[in-house]
Amino acid sequence: MDLRQGSGAPSAVAAVERSLTRIRQLEPKLSAFNTVLAERALERARVLDSEAPRGPLHGVPIAIKDNMCTAGVPTTASSKILSGFVPPYDATVIERLESAGAIVIGKTNLDEFAMGSSTENSALGPSKNPWDPTRTPGGSSGGSAVAVAARMVPLALGSDTGGSIRQPAALCGVTGLKPTYGRVSRYGLLAFASSLDQIGPFAVTAREIAAVLQAIGGFDAHDSTSSAEPMPDLTGALNGDITGLRIGIPRAFLTGVDAAVLAAFEASLRIFEARGATLVDVELPHASFGIPVYYLICTAEASSNLARYDGVRYGHRTTLSKEDGLRAMYERTRDEGFGAEVKRRIMLGTYVLSAGYYDAYYLKAQQVRTLLRQDYDRAFERADLIATPTTPTPAFRFGEKTSDPVQMYLADVFTVSANLTGLPSISVPCGFTGSPEPEAGSRLPIGLQLTGRPFDEPTVLRAADAFQLDTTFHMEAPPSVTEVTDDQPLD
Amino acid sequence: MIVSILSKQEVQRIAELARLELTSDELDLFTRQLGDILTYVEQIRALDTSGVVPTSQVLNRPVDRDDVPGPTLTREQLLGNAPDASTEAGLFKVPRVIG
Repeated sequence: MDLRQGSGAPSAVAAVERSLTRIRQLEPKLSAFNTVLAERALERARVLDSEAPRGPLHGVPIAIKDNMCTAGVPTTASSKILSGFVPPYDATVIERLESAGAIVIGKTNLDEFAMGSSTENSALGPSKNPWDPTRTPGGSSGGSAVAVAARMVPLALGSDTGGSIRQPAALCGVTGLKPTYGRVSRYGLLAFASSLDQIGPFAVTAREIAAVLQAIGGFDAHDSTSSAEPMPDLTGALNGDITGLRIGIPRAFLTGVDAAVLAAFEASLRIFEARGATLVDVELPHASFGIPVYYLICTAEASSNLARYDGVRYGHRTTLSKEDGLRAMYERTRDEGFGAEVKRRIMLGTYVLSAGYYDAYYLKAQQVRTLLRQDYDRAFERADLIATPTTPTPAFRFGEKTSDPVQMYLADVFTVSANLTGLPSISVPCGFTGSPEPEAGSRLPIGLQLTGRPFDEPTVLRAADAFQLDTTFHMEAPPSVTEVTDDQPLD
Repeated sequence: MIVSILSKQEVQRIAELARLELTSDELDLFTRQLGDILTYVEQIRALDTSGVVPTSQVLNRPVDRDDVPGPTLTREQLLGNAPDASTEAGLFKVPRVIG
């Protein structure tokens, strides 16, 4: 498999030019990118065109969420506090992608420090959902999801702490994988919640996701939580055979789901059955506590991780007068540099770790995290995969949830469990709301989530790929971006 | 309406611990919102977790590594992003610490 040739681009330069053309045409409407590296990407493409092919990613453009360090290229986490920051080193995933021949074409927008579910928390303004620009693309990796959905790039990387790859993948109609915790090195990923964060790919198909994970996965000495578990042959695992595969459905957990989402989910289960899979009921009695546990743990870890942004070593520093001491510098720098959601989470985390509240909140949440892991251990005795909708609703409108943090958090109700348990989990397009009429907003994508055993990405990807052999939801591009033709003149 | 379980004074104290200088509008907003969030997460306190071992990370193994010297970034690279630094002296610069 060669992804560039598969896309019809005769060379790396042609692939990059096609990406840049689409970015220039669509970016003003969609705001997917924080930085576009046109010259750098073309230069790299010319070099690659003169070399022997390095594998399936040779000459393929990829967009990177702007919370992964890129040497010599600004990395902002969509936060004012990192304005002016230019990392002196590449994240491990960047090094591995480039040595596999992929071409980094730009850095994509996110909720500030990956804290959010809509990109509305970006200091640079939100990205727009290409299926309906009055709606959010989801988040936090919204820019990466939009870039792939709008076919600006064939591939992108995101990071997923509580659903930040899978939720925007579902809301934008693309495929997105959160690998097993430890599968992909976090070296060079700006830390949000270190026990939950994991980098993963976005693409149109599960097959492309497999190729990217093959390149970026595996042990890295720079990340002490990276796993020494050997990388399996992922593409080789995609044989379409899911005969006898047991798919577990946690029925009791599927409450409060939008009717169209539930209908698409049920129809997806029939497709798996038709291909030979067996459906089994599983119980996840603690899954409904996922959101509270997640917000106690991720904020505690964030309050510690974000202590480093203090105006000393990088990024923004407040303007100082002669009378200002160190403490005023810290406090004002951080108040000016962080947005509201980041401040809320730092404060919640500080509170739950403080004396007198640690046991009641943080320790308790860690204990419930154990109960949730035990639920999954038991479920995987009966099932090989667990299926749920990725999100309870399709894409929501801008402003719909911004005034009420708890409502925004509930968008992640089905995704946070995979982070708390560390399990691999993919979102696959599985249907649409409304009718296929081209009226904006009438047709929004819906995602199906498949979660597997630790390090069992082969089964997760095989099932996703098998589903995509029998369906075409993932191949549909939003109407607003298909009107753009590749040879249309620029500007 | 949810009655806030945090007082403004408590939120002010948390902000100080977190080294955040909040405006009075922010203080009002966060007092209400943090109260809402804490009210929501209260639900886990009803679960019986006596004797349950807490999970701090899911790897089931220690994450220590051997302390082996290796290549690092240069001093110039590290100082290059600082808002204020002396490259000659090789130091980050900060305002006075002792008042």
